Amino acid sequence: MSTHTISVRLENKPGALARVSQLFSRRGYNIQSLAVGPTERPDISRLTLRVDCSEHSLEQIEKQMHKLVNVLRVTELRPDEAIERELALVTVSVPPDRRADLVALSQVAGARVADIGRDAITFEFVGRPDQLEAFEELIRPYGVRELVRTGRVGLRRPSASGRSSTPSVQQV
Amino acid sequence: MSRRTRMLGSDAILRALEHEGVEVAFGIPGGAILPTYDAMARGTSVRHVLARHEQGAGHMAEGYARASGRVGVAIATSGPGATNLVTPIADAWMDSTPLVCITGQVRSSLIGTDAFQETDATGITMPIVKHSWLVQDIEELPQVMKAAFHVARTGRQGPVLVDVAKDVQEAEFEFEYPDEVDLPGWKPPRKVHPKQVREAAQAILAAQRPIVYAGGGVLNADACAELLRLVESARLPAVVTLMGKGCLPDSHPLNYGPPGMHGSKYANWALNKSDLVIAVGTRFDDRVTGKVSAFAPGAQVIHFDIDAAEVGKIRHADIPVVGPLSIALSELTGELERAREGRAPVHEPWLRQVEDWREQFPFRYTKVDGVLKPQTAVETLRDLAATRTEDVVWTTGVGQHQMWAMQYLVCDQPRSFITSGGLGTMGYGVPAAVGAKAARPDATVVCVDGDGCFQMTCQELATAALERLPIVAVVLNNGWLGMVRQWQEMFYDERFAQTHLTHAVPDYAMLAEAYGCAGFTVDSEDDLEATLAAAFEAGRTAVVDVRCDPEEKCFPMVPAGAAAVDVIESDDEGVRI
Repeated sequence: MSTHTISVRLENKPGALARVSQLFSRRGYNIQSLAVGPTERPDISRLTLRVDCSEHSLEQIEKQMHKLVNVLRVTELRPDEAIERELALVTVSVPPDRRADLVALSQVAGARVADIGRDAITFEFVGRPDQLEAFEELIRPYGVRELVRTGRVGLRRPSASGRSSTPSVQQV
Repeated sequence: MSRRTRMLGSDAILRALEHEGVEVAFGIPGGAILPTYDAMARGTSVRHVLARHEQGAGHMAEGYARASGRVGVAIATSGPGATNLVTPIADAWMDSTPLVCITGQVRSSLIGTDAFQETDATGITMPIVKHSWLVQDIEELPQVMKAAFHVARTGRQGPVLVDVAKDVQEAEFEFEYPDEVDLPGWKPPRKVHPKQVREAAQAILAAQRPIVYAGGGVLNADACAELLRLVESARLPAVVTLMGKGCLPDSHPLNYGPPGMHGSKYANWALNKSDLVIAVGTRFDDRVTGKVSAFAPGAQVIHFDIDAAEVGKIRHADIPVVGPLSIALSELTGELERAREGRAPVHEPWLRQVEDWREQFPFRYTKVDGVLKPQTAVETLRDLAATRTEDVVWTTGVGQHQMWAMQYLVCDQPRSFITSGGLGTMGYGVPAAVGAKAARPDATVVCVDGDGCFQMTCQELATAALERLPIVAVVLNNGWLGMVRQWQEMFYDERFAQTHLTHAVPDYAMLAEAYGCAGFTVDSEDDLEATLAAAFEAGRTAVVDVRCDPEEKCFPMVPAGAAAVDVIESDDEGVRI
């Protein structure tokens, strides 16, 4: 049992998203995160799902999704074959005397300041999932008031070729 | 291609049904679907059968579909009309029966306001339909209707729902029925991979103990002739599930009948002691497999199905063959004949073994003087049906009577045994029989029912009587919820909670007469044959109340969670778990 990333192209029609998420709930698969939005075509959405399941269940999920009329294509995004990003907004408690430290630290980590208040700062972080995890770890000791994540989105790397082990030109 | 014609949405629904070749629809009108019923009244070639409960209409549409191979159509109003269709929709979902359900919906402006008789029909049925549409824009209506029929009848068949807002039915537009459907996300396979077929053929030729395991999918695919050719050409023994009954003639010597929870010991042994299971149009349902980890442990599996999601779902398929069955089976037979090069099959000893088991472990029950056994009634029906020149189509409810019908009736034709398998819906029998009669007016349609089931949907006797769709309903009346009582006796220390329906009420013969049908009661074996024959000849719907032994239990049995190979043959084996 592990967490897999699935990318789904589906028709941008009312009910399409509900059908996909209901497919998961009624078969008992837990969706860890879900991000959906339009693609290069406004009538087609892309859904990126993170789901906890075994390999066998993953195969079943993909096949069941293909049966849905609104679903056009289902692919697994394996970490080595995909570019994955996630955005988080984090509001951190910070007394005025520690503000500078925290801002400096977060800049090193690659986060941006989205807003500053009297006793709290909201950071914005976009990056690879592991980088996001690392940033969260970094600022946790300061006291996280609120956090929101978009859920992972991903696309297959153009540089990935089937299952070959050729290293990608630009691993970012 | 129809020319563009100006008309109302309600007319368009009827025109769409006509374009799809719909001959019969089953339903009940109501507020939100009134405009469509008005369109019916103004003229259509579609025959509407007025049911007495929307659940009845839905099961009628199912019986119609299973008896004919055509798409069944059920029509209901919003709110309770739609929710009353939920059971038949779930039933069609589980048994892959093609159904188009059209429901009225409140006006677009009222949707989401908890209006009178408003329910979220598409939301409620989402997990049990292949797809559904809520039509709020009249311009979409023709395409939606075309897509609905296409989705219902292609790939693995099943139910769809079209929910049409009342204002759409009342609106006017330029109607043109599309020639083609545009569904980029729905492309069922239309052929099979030749490499898979070759591998399957090689495996079959090498197998010492091969067995065909055929299910309802063969009937849905209209691939019965191809299956018969395969079985005969390669001399393969076959077991046939409840849902597949009739896909191979029951009297064919290579047909070893149903395996599974109430299948025969010999069919369970044949399936579980094989070295190659050739699964065709079937889904390794738990009623057949018993404990999955103990199912056919020594066998490789070839799985033929149109639905890729079924292949490997329960049991790993060593050789998956995804695609239409009629093509797959005929290519397989061809490949086998080529590859065999005239050599005799190597599995002759296995054929003898399976035949020996059949002789050793037939279906049996103990007759007792003065006690009418339900199996005797089924055997009498079987023998009576054999004397008829016209086709006999059977439907059943769910329970012990259903299992005895499966075990003892002989069905040699496809689409002659219509039952609720996956959902196991009590009350299916009578309305399904009415629907089957509408599809096959020249056949004699007999519902073998239980008293528990009969009481759930017997209001449809009115439909049978008034719509001139006569059926014969044989109620195996033991005064109990028989199958539940059996489990309480075997597994719950005979604590019979809430299963004693009693014989007190109703008097089924009187009930039948109240519905303008012929009523008969029989409680002795001596009167059985004559009474059933009279019911067949009644010329109108007949109900036969067969008072039979409540203590009779359905055997053989594979208790839930047990290995199918450990099937218990009879009560003598004294199992209490």
